Amino acid sequence: MRDSATLPTLADALALGLTEDEYALVCEFQGAPPNQVELAMYSLLWSEHCAYKHSRKLLRTLPTEGEHVVMGPGENAGAVDVGGGLVCAFKVESHNHPSAVEPFQGAATGVGGILRDIFAVGARPIAVLDSLRFGDVGEAAAAAGGGDRSRYLLDGAVAGIGHYGNSIGVPTVGGEVYFEGPYEQNCLVNAMALGLAERERLVRSAAAGPGNLVVLYGASTGRDGIGGASVLASAELDADQDKRPTVQVGDPFEEKKLLECSLELLDRGLVVSLQDLGAAGLTSSASEMASKGGVGIDIDVGLVPLRESDMEPYEIMVSESQERMLCVVEPESLDAVLEVCERWEVGGTAIGTVTDSGRMRVLRDGEPVGDMPVRALVDECPLYDLEPEQASGPLYPPPPAVLDAAAPPRDLLRALLASPNLASRRPLFEQYDAIVQSRTVRRPEEADAAVLVLPDGSALAVSVDCNGRRVAADPYRGTLGAVIECAANLACTGAEPLGTTNNLNFGNPEKPHIAWQLSQSVRALGEACRALRAPIVGGNVSLYNEGAAGPIYPTPVIGMVGRLPHAGRAGRLGFAHEGDAIALVGAFAPSLAASELAKLAGEPLPVELPDIDLDAAIAAIAAVRAGVRSGAIASAHDIAEGGLAVALAESCIGGRIGASVTIDAGGEDSRALFGECSGCFIVSGEPAALDALAGSVQVRRLGSVGGAELRIELGGGESFAADIGELAGIHDGGLRSLFD
Amino acid sequence: MRFGVLRFPGSCDEVDALHAAARVGDAELIWHRDRDLRGVDAVVVPGGFSFGDYLRAGAIARFSPAMESVIEFAADGGLVLGICNGFQVLCEAQLLPGALLPNTNLRFTFRQVRLDLVQRDTAFTCAAPEGATLSIPAKHAWGRYHADAELLAELEENDQVVLRYAAGENFNGSVADIAGVRNRAGNVFGMMPHPEHAVDEQTGGSRDGLVIFESMRMAVEAAHA
Repeated sequence: MRDSATLPTLADALALGLTEDEYALVCEFQGAPPNQVELAMYSLLWSEHCAYKHSRKLLRTLPTEGEHVVMGPGENAGAVDVGGGLVCAFKVESHNHPSAVEPFQGAATGVGGILRDIFAVGARPIAVLDSLRFGDVGEAAAAAGGGDRSRYLLDGAVAGIGHYGNSIGVPTVGGEVYFEGPYEQNCLVNAMALGLAERERLVRSAAAGPGNLVVLYGASTGRDGIGGASVLASAELDADQDKRPTVQVGDPFEEKKLLECSLELLDRGLVVSLQDLGAAGLTSSASEMASKGGVGIDIDVGLVPLRESDMEPYEIMVSESQERMLCVVEPESLDAVLEVCERWEVGGTAIGTVTDSGRMRVLRDGEPVGDMPVRALVDECPLYDLEPEQASGPLYPPPPAVLDAAAPPRDLLRALLASPNLASRRPLFEQYDAIVQSRTVRRPEEADAAVLVLPDGSALAVSVDCNGRRVAADPYRGTLGAVIECAANLACTGAEPLGTTNNLNFGNPEKPHIAWQLSQSVRALGEACRALRAPIVGGNVSLYNEGAAGPIYPTPVIGMVGRLPHAGRAGRLGFAHEGDAIALVGAFAPSLAASELAKLAGEPLPVELPDIDLDAAIAAIAAVRAGVRSGAIASAHDIAEGGLAVALAESCIGGRIGASVTIDAGGEDSRALFGECSGCFIVSGEPAALDALAGSVQVRRLGSVGGAELRIELGGGESFAADIGELAGIHDGGLRSLFD
Repeated sequence: MRFGVLRFPGSCDEVDALHAAARVGDAELIWHRDRDLRGVDAVVVPGGFSFGDYLRAGAIARFSPAMESVIEFAADGGLVLGICNGFQVLCEAQLLPGALLPNTNLRFTFRQVRLDLVQRDTAFTCAAPEGATLSIPAKHAWGRYHADAELLAELEENDQVVLRYAAGENFNGSVADIAGVRNRAGNVFGMMPHPEHAVDEQTGGSRDGLVIFESMRMAVEAAHA
């Protein structure tokens, strides 16, 4: 087992991403220098991706408990109670670096991975959302002499998401995409999934019962994705592309069978615990199952079905081949388990046993080839304190100017509606099946959040959001804004938050200015989730998102799930009826700082954003939610990128009807029309019903719904108007050419 | 009235089809390895990606044991509805004429489409009002119906074209805007859009798809009467 001639050295450990001190610690836990299998396993489990060694201390400050929380962070996915004996399991995860290397497979396996997390807890996946970031496209890219790579990545990632989600029969119901220069070298592909389970049927991943068997089922194991967690996910991305062999290849058909097989195994009570194989493959799955159960596990790699017969034990242990699951079963259930696997045409093999040794032992044909204390592997990775320090100067170059901010408001409105960050997402979501499983009550762009009906007639609403540019300008307020926007989106459908998931996409945390972004952002995330009673039930961290040109915009992607009592009353964003009044709800204090208009005008990021009144935002959110639920509000849309004028235009486009409003701009037309803010809404409805919303919140009547134009009167007798059909065409066309 | 809905590994819309059929009759799933159709009155071959569709949409599913029974069932005059992937399977099995090719935009595309009902005198559309236009979601990557000139003339001659995409709605490039065809005997029908996803205003954008299932029930009951 230990031949000093082949024993890896410190240099090997460093190459695998461990530090010198960490290697020394490994030697100490092992009582000797680790062999190849052991070193490979330590290097993966002690990577940032698996151990959260730079983020765990911060993450511990987040709120994780609440009245609806059934399962918090630490399991494959968190879960909240949705009534009627059901829970919703959900989580967001990133697949950023694989997607930057090979966008189609990177994105596809990102979806596959998050779906496995959902059915690993015993829930049937019911929806996928995605959150994407690429470099500039369109005019901004042309101005900077680029854009082709971002187009290629966008096209590949969208096709990959569609390929996986469509083929497996889980609807893609929503998502977001932004195009910004700092993502040019390091795109982001985050995928969120939701699943439904009966509450008592949730299953955890803790291995239990020495003598029980460990069964690997699903696809066979090959050399794909070896070292993905340490090489791809926990280091900065070089410009070279020779990492392609570390990207896994997805097979949605295999996963569909795996899903049905897993749910049947659980239905029949055949498994003790269940875990999917994701980053770091068998190494992380088996070790984490053992750690959670306080037991040991012996795995014989000689029993693992292989795609290539000459694989080394360490390769088998670290392979990231997709579509595999690991379960613990009682010996008397084994035959029944294998029979279910056979029926679904997925391979199933007992490859190990649960022991009371507290050790992770790897054998090949009975001979030990690795032996490690589970605690050391999983729990003893050193955690690091961040050393946050705000950067003394700007981190990001100003965006290229593609617009004259002094142009007439009508021209600015058209330019904003056509801009890549604001244009209709239809060319993307048309490539996704949004309706399979027959739960989708609000399809993309029908409402601010996706809405899925539940068996009792109530509904879930779900939104995913983050404006990285605003977080870059001010990590604390930008993150507050992202969380508020999610809750605002839910409110527009009538939903109240149940829980939150997040994916923290940041640069290299060992750099003080990135550590500062991260700690400011997590502080805001905790505060906002506490105030909104939307605790964090799970999530993911993706660090080291930097290329040669610098870090990405810090992007804490927020996913929020809420519930509304009656699916039939779910809100819509489009104006509904001729003659309805239009009102602005909330403490409207728009600012052009870090706005979409400022970006198009080429302005550098400001050093901070205006203060956000969290209490006022929450009051407005509550008022809109109540109004949608009671029917007082016929349409609701939150004011986000592009400000009030864009929100009005979107409500007109959504309802295919015009509007006439008066906006007292106080001489600052651009700020009033295109300035951005948090926690403000455009709503429509019967005039008296809207007035009745006022009380704890500001409600300002702006005008009424009707006609074929959006007509905006500004103070001082100025006004402009635009035909809705024309605006709809501009809005729809903004991204379409990227897919031609 | 009892519907049997086939289930292949890789089927996605079989449960939706089951629930849609259950709105007008009894409905049960039939596993692809099952040769026994258990005496159902009509068979639905549902949407999805049977066997992953890695070779060619529907090309593998057509060899399933259950499909062999469906071929016999159809030969005996049993009603068979193929939706999306099911339509592809029925073409592969030569129960329906023509073939389905990749959309002209070469992308999976999801849209709510309007369909003109051009044949009301069929076992699958008899419950529809005269001259109806149906609003039904379509979602597929391989939905471009193809028939050569000779076959097309034959289909038109024999009133086998049942549904066409309404003006401006033919996003996949189907020949002659064909969205659904039946066999010459009239007991086998395939369509690319998903009637099982348009049985409820809340989730389907309309209830127009229900008319397909209701028609099948009426046809079966008329045959039993």
